[in-house]
Parts: sequence; C-alpha cells; structure tokens
Amino acid sequence: MKRNPENKNQTAPSRGRIILYSVAAFICLAGLADATYLTVQALTGETSACGGSPDCFKVLGSAYSRIAGIPVAAFGVLGYFCAFSFATFAGFGSARAHKFFALTIWAMFAATLWFLYLQAFVLHAYCRYCLFSAALTFLLAGLVVATPPSRRDS
Amino acid sequence: MKRYLPFIIVGVVALITLGTGALLYRAKRPAVLTITNNSATSTPAMQARGDANAPVTLEEFGDFQCPPCAAVSGYIHQLEKDYGARLRIIFRHFPLAMHPHARNAALAAEAAGMQGRFWEMHDLLYKEQPVWSKTADVTSVFDSYAGLLGLDLERFKKDTASPETKARVDSDQKRGTSLGVTSTPTIFINNRSLPFTSVNPAGLHTAIDEALKEKSSPSK
Repeated sequence: MKRNPENKNQTAPSRGRIILYSVAAFICLAGLADATYLTVQALTGETSACGGSPDCFKVLGSAYSRIAGIPVAAFGVLGYFCAFSFATFAGFGSARAHKFFALTIWAMFAATLWFLYLQAFVLHAYCRYCLFSAALTFLLAGLVVATPPSRRDS
Repeated sequence: MKRYLPFIIVGVVALITLGTGALLYRAKRPAVLTITNNSATSTPAMQARGDANAPVTLEEFGDFQCPPCAAVSGYIHQLEKDYGARLRIIFRHFPLAMHPHARNAALAAEAAGMQGRFWEMHDLLYKEQPVWSKTADVTSVFDSYAGLLGLDLERFKKDTASPETKARVDSDQKRGTSLGVTSTPTIFINNRSLPFTSVNPAGLHTAIDEALKEKSSPSK
C-alpha cells in the first residue's frame, strides 16, 4: 500500500481523542463568540455604556483593556480561533496540531491568570464576559492535560 | 475529501466570525445625531453654566448612576478650566431604566437646583456615586447630601416630590429620546453628537477645537 508523503504527520486518532478535540473545538467556539462580542464593544466604544454595570466599565474601560491601542479582546479572538483550528486539525489526526494546540492554550492560560490578577488586585472589579472567557480557558487547559500527545505524536 | 474537511471547517468558522463581527459592528456603531430647531427638540435648557453666547456649547445627556458619566463629569470640569468663556455646558437628565436610583438622583439634583445649588448637588452625586448607588434607601442619603450643601431640608424634600421637578426631568428625557439618545453619556458639541469612542479628554478637546475653528471660519 502506498503512503502519501504529505500525510506523514497524519495519524488516525483514537475515538476518545476525537471526542476530546471536538469538545475543545466547541469550547473554543464559545470563547470566539465571547471575544468577538467584546472586541466589537471596544471598537464601537460601547464599553463606556457597558450595560450599566460599574464593574464591567471599570474593567473594560481600564488602561489594561488595550495593548498599543488594540483591544485585548481582539487578541482573544485570535487565540480562540487558533485554538479552534489546531483542535480541528488535531481531531483529524494531525500530529503537529496537538503541539500547537497545547502551546496556544498554555499561552492563553497565562494571559488569563494575568487578567484575573488585574481584576482581583488592581481594578478590584470583575467583568462577567472576562470571567466567562477565563472559565473556558481553564476548561481548555484541563482538556490539554487530559489529552497528552500520543506516542506517535512525540 | 476528508483531507480538506478540516480546512473547510476552519474556513467556514473564520468567515462566520468575520461576518458576525462586521454585522455586529454595523449594528452597534452609533449614528451621529444632530439637534435641529424643531419644536420636538427645542426645550429650554434648565441647567446650564457658562456664557450664553459662548461659541461652543456642550450638551450632555447624563445619568447620575452611570459610571462613565461620573468620569465625564471630571473631564468637563477640566474643559471649563481650559476653554473658559468659550465653552457653555448644558446638563440634561437621561436616567436609564437599568439604574434603579438614577431618576431619584435626577429629582434630587433638580430639587437642589430650585434652591440654586444644582451644580453642587450634581458634583456631589457623581463624587459619591459608588456609595449611594449601592444603598437601598437613597432618599435618606440624598437628604443628607442636601443637609451637607446647606439646603433648606423641608423645601428640598417637598421639591423632590413636586410635579414641577418631575416635569423638568421628564422634559429632558423626552428631548433626549426625540433626538435619538439611547445611552449615557451622550454628548453634543454645537448640536452634533460625539461618538462614544471620542468621549475622553483628548476626543473632547479635539471636538471643541474643531467647533471653535468652524465658528471662527467665516466661510462656514
């Protein structure tokens, strides 16, 4: 049987791994929706209205909500989209995709810890959209831990 | 086909995300509102300060329980110092339904205004916003503020509940609604609304400078 040289990184994942990657992809989609909404809010200036929540205004209107003028939520969109893409490719058996997926999630996890620190100890206010995103990232980190690379991957 | 399936899924998600983001942005992007001199919108300014003939008028629709409005109040104080007699400030009440104490605060400010202390109460309400907005019994808190400002307390209490005070707040709100105001703070500079993204010290300065230029330019 001939082996396609393009598919040297492509190995059929187990059923359990496919389920885990599918769950991860769906969690990423939820995060993508949350981050997209927050990005649009930041771009239209709606964070200043912020549904009337003082805590939300304090967090989303703070100096920490932008990096070089770009809303941090936009980086969230990028992070969740990359994580979704890697989870999808990993679910289809790409060995490299799992590594990139894990790297993306750990980077997002570190960013989440930083944002939680800012909310708890600097701003003394919590934004519910940010907490939702933090919960999703924790879940994704849990899935990464639960899905170690297969022997063939490493 | 299976080889291309992940590319198709990722591509579809990218398109949906971009499409939804663009649609949401278009829907949420605030339109520029303008004040025209028709009967529905031309109600006399109840609370104004500065020279009536100033070249620039900043009209704010505010809600005393809205945190960004409290921030804007600080910016406006600075603007008054920076522009002096060239700037006139008008405050209009636009208490939002989502803020349970906003209307009572507006009534308290108007009642203080009946004793000539509107702006003092306005500033105090914004300064103390984190305190009273979390209090269940705001009436007693507002009474204590009236005492602090040296108002006649009995008259203040009577005025707070008077139909005249309520009519003033309602009139401002009606004007805001007829202009298309939906959120606070909405700021008009010489009858043209400022986008939310410009409601910050730099954006306000730019808008006022442009309005001053327009006024000084004879061709416009």
